Amino acid sequence: MEAREATTQLLRNVQTIMEAPLPRGYLNYTGRMLLRFLLTAQGLGAFALITLGVAVTKFNVASHVMRPMIRSEISRAGVRLLPVVLFIGAALGFVIIGQTVAFLQQIGAQEYLGKVMVTVVVRELGPLAAALLVLARVGTATVIELGNRRAHGEVEALEALGIDPVHYLVVPRMIGMAAGIFSLTMYLIIAAVISGYVFAFIQDVPILPADYFRQLAGALMWEDFALLALKTVGFGVVISIVSCYQGLAQPLRLEEVSFATTRAVLHSVVACVLLDAMFILVYLVM
Amino acid sequence: MAATTQILREVLVELKGVTVRPPPVEGGRAVEGVDWQLARGEWWVVGGGTWSGKSDLLATMAGLVPPEAGAYFLFGRNVEVLDEDELVRQRLRVGLVFENGGRLFHHLTVSENVALALGYHRNLDAAAAATASAEVLELLGLTHMADALPSRIGRPSRQRAALARALALKPEVLLLDNPLGGLDWRQTAWWIELLAVLAAGHPFLDGQPLTIAVAVDDFCPWRSEGGQFAMIKEGRWQALGGRDTLDATREPALRELMAAG
Repeated sequence: MEAREATTQLLRNVQTIMEAPLPRGYLNYTGRMLLRFLLTAQGLGAFALITLGVAVTKFNVASHVMRPMIRSEISRAGVRLLPVVLFIGAALGFVIIGQTVAFLQQIGAQEYLGKVMVTVVVRELGPLAAALLVLARVGTATVIELGNRRAHGEVEALEALGIDPVHYLVVPRMIGMAAGIFSLTMYLIIAAVISGYVFAFIQDVPILPADYFRQLAGALMWEDFALLALKTVGFGVVISIVSCYQGLAQPLRLEEVSFATTRAVLHSVVACVLLDAMFILVYLVM
Repeated sequence: MAATTQILREVLVELKGVTVRPPPVEGGRAVEGVDWQLARGEWWVVGGGTWSGKSDLLATMAGLVPPEAGAYFLFGRNVEVLDEDELVRQRLRVGLVFENGGRLFHHLTVSENVALALGYHRNLDAAAAATASAEVLELLGLTHMADALPSRIGRPSRQRAALARALALKPEVLLLDNPLGGLDWRQTAWWIELLAVLAAGHPFLDGQPLTIAVAVDDFCPWRSEGGQFAMIKEGRWQALGGRDTLDATREPALRELMAAG
């Protein structure tokens, strides 16, 4: 008798749970996430517009101070990362050719080797790998550096000296990262293409270097060059804007710098993927 | 006669019924009802307790933070109607020395800290800016540590470097936020003496008297040199007057500021 009552009660409870509205916590959570996303997007958009505006209107302001800083940022986000980019490019070439060559041989489609390299490395993985490398090595350091400066009141000190912090701190980093990612992508693609052929040669794929490069050239369209430049510069702008926004655009205490850094990484990756998705649409239309 | 003196006063910075934004700390309160005219050649000393809003008042005076309410005039011009470039031009006529080591740029040497504004506003390369900043470094006795990073020098020297940085552009108004905090009597005497020379018109400033406003938490070191005194009490601005008034007043909060040293 007691067992039947217990079962009935249990069924009643389950029914009550099933009929109850979605717990308020889920809605709150989703709403808060959505609101936070919109606010971040709004803040980033405004910061990006301000930075681009300052970069244009103050193009020639204090050139003797700004140009060495821009050179230094290009070196930091470009030249110094060259060895690791060449290594990653070579590894990428090995991996892609290694994975595809056996398959292409099975179906007798070795002539598509170049097409695969262009589609995978030139259009997609090359720019993304270079961007992620710059994000990891320079973007994170930028958030920490600017966050510390912000927390120590150096931004206000710049303003007190009549120096625009966006011009002095953000514009050189934006130019440096954009130029850095663009150049690194080129080197990464070259390394991947060469290492890809070396791997194909080791695997005894019957293809001559001239044929391989002819395939590559045949697979490339002029739009690829334009879109590659746009995409890499876009990645550089996105990563620099997000990093500088997280480090600079809001009051920070020292203990908040680490959170700002992880936020910047997350936001940069999401923004780069969204930008990449836009370019994929363009490629699909082409 | 008094009317003539009033007419001859050239007001450089003026706050009319200003409410200063509260400091960004728990319990920080806004400073209300600030009616302050800072005229050329004057030396004001503004006292107040910790987190009373002194620093925020100076930041507002320097044009860094807009007031919450009221009108703010910089060299006779309403800041609200100035465009950004004009505001920066006017702001360069005001030097600000922050407290606690002056917020020097930690990645730049002392010389580079001082030369930065010169290089930026006059578009000088690093070598030319360093040469131009040598004079102010010498004036403040910092030549021997010009190539040191701020983290490698003592707090008194950092404070001096911050003063050098503020003076580099030869401002007409100098705002100092608790510059004597943590300094010994020798350093204190050096600061008071140097500021007195600058206020009287130093050759470095082409003989022009420097207008000074200092925010302090202790009136004592400034009694001999300060010309006008004011205090912030419970979030209200209160002008006190000259040295005579300072000695005569029985205001308990003021007596506290006088006894702080």
